[in-house]
Amino acid sequence: MTTEPNTERNVWVFIEQEDQIIAEVSLELLAKAREIAQLLGSEVWGVCCGYETGDLAQQVIQHGANQVLLAEDPELEMYRTLPYCRVIATQARQWKPYIFLIGATPVGRDLAPRIASSLKVGLTADCTDLQIGDYTSKKENLVYKDLLYQVRPAFGGNIIATIVNPHTRPQMATVREGVMRRGEPDPNRTGRIEKVDVTIEPGDLVLKVLSRETREPTVRLKDAPVIVAAGAGVDTPEEFELVRELANVLGGEVGASRAAVDAGFISRDHQIGQTGSTVRPRLYIAAGISGAIQHRAGMDQSSKIIAINTDPNAPIFQIAHYKIVGDVAEVLPLLIKSLRVKAK
Amino acid sequence: MSFSRSFRSVVLIKQVPDTRNITGEVMTAEGTMNRGALPAIFNPEDLNALEMALSMKDQHGGSVTVLTMGPMQAAEVLRDALYRGVDRVVLLSDRKFAGADTQATSYTLKCAIDKLGRYDLVFCGRQAIDGDTAQVGPQVAEKLGIPQITYAEAIVDTKGNEIVVRRAFDLGMELVSCELPCLLTVVGSANRPRPASARKRIEYKMASTTNEYARLLKKWPEFENEQALGEYLAKRKLNIEVWTANDLQVDESNLGLAGSPTQVYKVNYVVLETTDSKEVQPTAEGIQALIAELIQEYIVG
Repeated sequence: MTTEPNTERNVWVFIEQEDQIIAEVSLELLAKAREIAQLLGSEVWGVCCGYETGDLAQQVIQHGANQVLLAEDPELEMYRTLPYCRVIATQARQWKPYIFLIGATPVGRDLAPRIASSLKVGLTADCTDLQIGDYTSKKENLVYKDLLYQVRPAFGGNIIATIVNPHTRPQMATVREGVMRRGEPDPNRTGRIEKVDVTIEPGDLVLKVLSRETREPTVRLKDAPVIVAAGAGVDTPEEFELVRELANVLGGEVGASRAAVDAGFISRDHQIGQTGSTVRPRLYIAAGISGAIQHRAGMDQSSKIIAINTDPNAPIFQIAHYKIVGDVAEVLPLLIKSLRVKAK
Repeated sequence: MSFSRSFRSVVLIKQVPDTRNITGEVMTAEGTMNRGALPAIFNPEDLNALEMALSMKDQHGGSVTVLTMGPMQAAEVLRDALYRGVDRVVLLSDRKFAGADTQATSYTLKCAIDKLGRYDLVFCGRQAIDGDTAQVGPQVAEKLGIPQITYAEAIVDTKGNEIVVRRAFDLGMELVSCELPCLLTVVGSANRPRPASARKRIEYKMASTTNEYARLLKKWPEFENEQALGEYLAKRKLNIEVWTANDLQVDESNLGLAGSPTQVYKVNYVVLETTDSKEVQPTAEGIQALIAELIQEYIVG
């Protein structure tokens, strides 16, 4: 027996794309939206804007959407705040989704607040977890069933707040890349594609994109099985070279805390933490990293953590499986040497 | 003849607890936060926004007005703005504003900007370090009905009623042109904020809100009472304006906690979960044993 989906509880995902390549975070959100929609007995809808988008909508369906709202117009080819906001807010007013999820990318963080303001609804930024649960408002003496729990760090990561939007719909949240897990596309999945009428006002076009340059990240830490990360305790180019060498011997990537990035040893692509990448490697070696909460937030799910620090009280040791109190300049060569010997 | 114009700028700033260097004294043993131990500072990227507005004024003339919403102590960041060369500062402070999320905050700021009158540019920092949401700027722009340019790194050109702005991201950049008025959120890489000027520091050190008069009177007993002090300060334009909800055209149901669609359901303080850790000696033998163990557990292979 099948039951009719509860369309009043639909979960929307904004599909960020460039040249029909969907952003990782949008795929991760489609997978999360499927989980949530299953709990709510509702559907996942993908919201796509672009021009000549080819099989984009099909891809969105294969990744979990029951329906795709597809807005195609030459003015939507490149992302711009006002035309995108106009089109998406109009659709949201018409269809009244229950939840609306957007990736916390530069595009998403530009778009989501504008849409939320236009719809006069609540928005929570940079969520690290989403759950469904009930909320009792003591003031109103009311229980709200099945709200979206929007979990996010605040105060520099020192507290984890769970936010709810009891009164406004959709319940909107942005989510950072890497905190949810994407699923594999299923070519057998079917869904509906709804072409959307695009009406853009002249006032939406006062901003023009003159040029745009993007570059590939120099590293994808998210998928690395081993990461050797440098912190403030790595303070000479020679020591940093040891970090690279160890990563090399282990077949891993080089990561860094904010301190090491700010010191100029390595580009921001390598930064791990609350600002930077979230990683879960098999092995994480923290070299000279004190373990500020902002850094730990990005790596504490690693399977095994080895920490090297001269300060025996460094907070990183509290989450480390192996604690080495010592100077990176002495310990790193020992690690490199031992690994080379074993490899022979 | 080349056409040049001046710009009226409004800069939105925030006083924030310095969350960047949280030390042991700030987090208590129970894992709660001792907020009093955190110094209150000028939100870092708001300084970059202020610098961008001031350098527009240096180049083209015009004016820079700074708004902040917060408790009365936030007058401190307004004095700092005066020391750096702004023309006018206003503190939005009212119990009715308290507990605001980004929706209610942006509504209040929008109403205050409306009261200021004509403007060409609104600047804010990309985000504040206490919440890191980056939502208030775009939401103010939406409520004012003007375009937004987030992640602004530089105003590279101005022509008539248009500016050209470079936006900077981790993985790229964008050059956009936009008609005025518009709102910019400014990134930390935009500039090096000018320090407070020593001359202005002397000029504005007495700049105060009426709330601070009692404290000032203790320092300057030559004034008979608060009224005398107030008259003296007003004559020298050293009175920091404070606007409450009554000074703005607002729908009070949109203010503060009551006007905030998001509600905090619960807060968990992050407590370090201690892992059973093995101490490894930083010696050749210690490290060799560690590597052997990792190989045995297939962590490295």
